[in-house]
Amino acid sequence: MSAPIVRVAGLHKSFGSLEVLKGVDMQINAGEVIVVFGRSGSGKSTFLRCINFLEEPTQGTIEVAGRSIAAGIPTRFRRKQVQHLRRTCGMVFQQFNLFPHMSVLDNVMEAPRRISTQSAKQVRDHAMSLLADVGLADKAAEYPIRLSGGQQQRVAIARALAMRPQVMLFDEPTSALDPELIHEVLAVMRNLAQDHSTTMIVVTHEMGFAREVATRMCFFHEGRIHEQCEPEQMFDGSRLPETQRFLDAVM
Amino acid sequence: MPVAPTDEAVPHQRHGLAQSLELYSLKVPFRIKVAAVWLVICGLLLAGFLKSGFDIAWMGDHAFAIAKAVWVTIAFSIIAISLAVGLALLGAQGRVSRNPIAYGISGFYTSFFRGTPLIVQLFLWYLALPQLALGLLPQQYATWFIWPAQVAGIVGIAFNYGAYMTEIFRSGIEAVPHGQAEAAAALGMSPGQQMRRIILPQATRIVIPATGNEFIAMMKDTALIGLLGTTLLWADPFRMAQLSGKADFRNLEALIAAALVYWGLTAVFSFFQRKLEERMSKGYVRQVKDAS
Ligand SMILES: Nc1ncnc2c1ncn2[C@@H]1O[C@H](COP(=O)(O)OP(=O)(O)OP(=O)(O)O)[C@@H](O)[C@H]1O
Ligand SMILES: [Mg+2]
Repeated sequence: MSAPIVRVAGLHKSFGSLEVLKGVDMQINAGEVIVVFGRSGSGKSTFLRCINFLEEPTQGTIEVAGRSIAAGIPTRFRRKQVQHLRRTCGMVFQQFNLFPHMSVLDNVMEAPRRISTQSAKQVRDHAMSLLADVGLADKAAEYPIRLSGGQQQRVAIARALAMRPQVMLFDEPTSALDPELIHEVLAVMRNLAQDHSTTMIVVTHEMGFAREVATRMCFFHEGRIHEQCEPEQMFDGSRLPETQRFLDAVM
Repeated sequence: MPVAPTDEAVPHQRHGLAQSLELYSLKVPFRIKVAAVWLVICGLLLAGFLKSGFDIAWMGDHAFAIAKAVWVTIAFSIIAISLAVGLALLGAQGRVSRNPIAYGISGFYTSFFRGTPLIVQLFLWYLALPQLALGLLPQQYATWFIWPAQVAGIVGIAFNYGAYMTEIFRSGIEAVPHGQAEAAAALGMSPGQQMRRIILPQATRIVIPATGNEFIAMMKDTALIGLLGTTLLWADPFRMAQLSGKADFRNLEALIAAALVYWGLTAVFSFFQRKLEERMSKGYVRQVKDAS
């Protein structure tokens, strides 16, 4: 078995006196799809955001694709390392966060254009093929404001993929969407998962999606991984009491 | 708008003169009434001027020379606003920075230049800076800081307005949702790239109305440059008015002419600014493209 592509060790995160993450350890192999779920405030978003250093971990080590960064030194003192890590980790946000002043295609091309060494044509071709993958090739020239929420989120996924990340982080990608738009975003994510080339960490309460594509499910509770197992076991009704209570409530 | 009592509402009341006037006035559009008020004000002023011996013929002879000097105002304003935008961009970076040096310098800058009178600052650049330079630097370098009145005036106005615009730009930068910088950061873009490519283009849209106001205010304040002293070539409408008015004891006519020039100039730019604002606000509205 090859080394894990993501290794989180002893991760703690406090906001002032509030300790949000109280020691999280996780090892993820390439191609895995991890679904993270748990109550509001249990630290799921903070966990994802610590992985790509959008939040500064208070303690612990993050290793992605063989490069590890330890907590304790502010990001600005090792900007290059953090930027490199972020390029191997795409992130998709609950609120899409598309750039409103750029067309859909420019949104997707922006980062590779500024950062990667590919030629302009390579960048454009790759961006167009990603837009085709998410079913939005015909919207390339549109501005984000003229797209539906589901379409915006699919563009956001294409944008994150444009840097050819090895790991994708999804923070509740469908919870800002109207119910009828959720499935189109999940379909894109399902395709990505079935590709097995991208490792995914997904915070979501879409249990159908989790059951179908997750290789492992992690229940966060009070800043810790309370319980984790494969989806089949997760839904077999014999979980720890806290996990079971939550599952019963959302199912 | 107040509604006058009608017959139905107050059945037993007889119409007095005041009431019929009020009823009649309801039929006149508000804008027409306002225009009438303006006309009356202008008429009264004109009557007062004429009664005091206002020399219209003199004004006719000299108004053109005064109005022509408006190019000086426009030139000074354009140079000063360009400098001020540059200063404000730098200043705003400092205001949103976590670097104590950048934050400290920009804080000192805005505090001093917003906290002291513009006219004092102009004289500081014009008279005090050369003294400081002569005291500190060898002669040949010190002369670099002895500026003509126009240069000192433009620099002074630029630094002053740059300080106010620093705060405008800062609030514009802060008005861009935090998720924008985050999304860019998550893609691996550097802080500089985030600022240049993602934050500033969006902040620009937000600050254009306020920046336009500053530009209009700045055009009027360029009249202060003349107080530092000026040559005839660089005389602005105010300076021209002073020169020609004093010579012929026609201060009222000359100064009114100068005031009208500035008033006209700001009216024109306010108009363009309103148009620009309308266009900018459309950019972010979700609308269907014209079918044409
Ligand atoms: N920047 C911050 N400053 C202070 N407190 C924060 C910050 N970000 C998160 N928190 C707090 O940390 C706790 C965990 O937040 P987090 O967003 O990780 O929870 P979550 O599990 O993602 O919840 P949700 O399901 O509502 O998204 C919450 O109590 C939240 O108020
Ligand atoms: Mg969250």
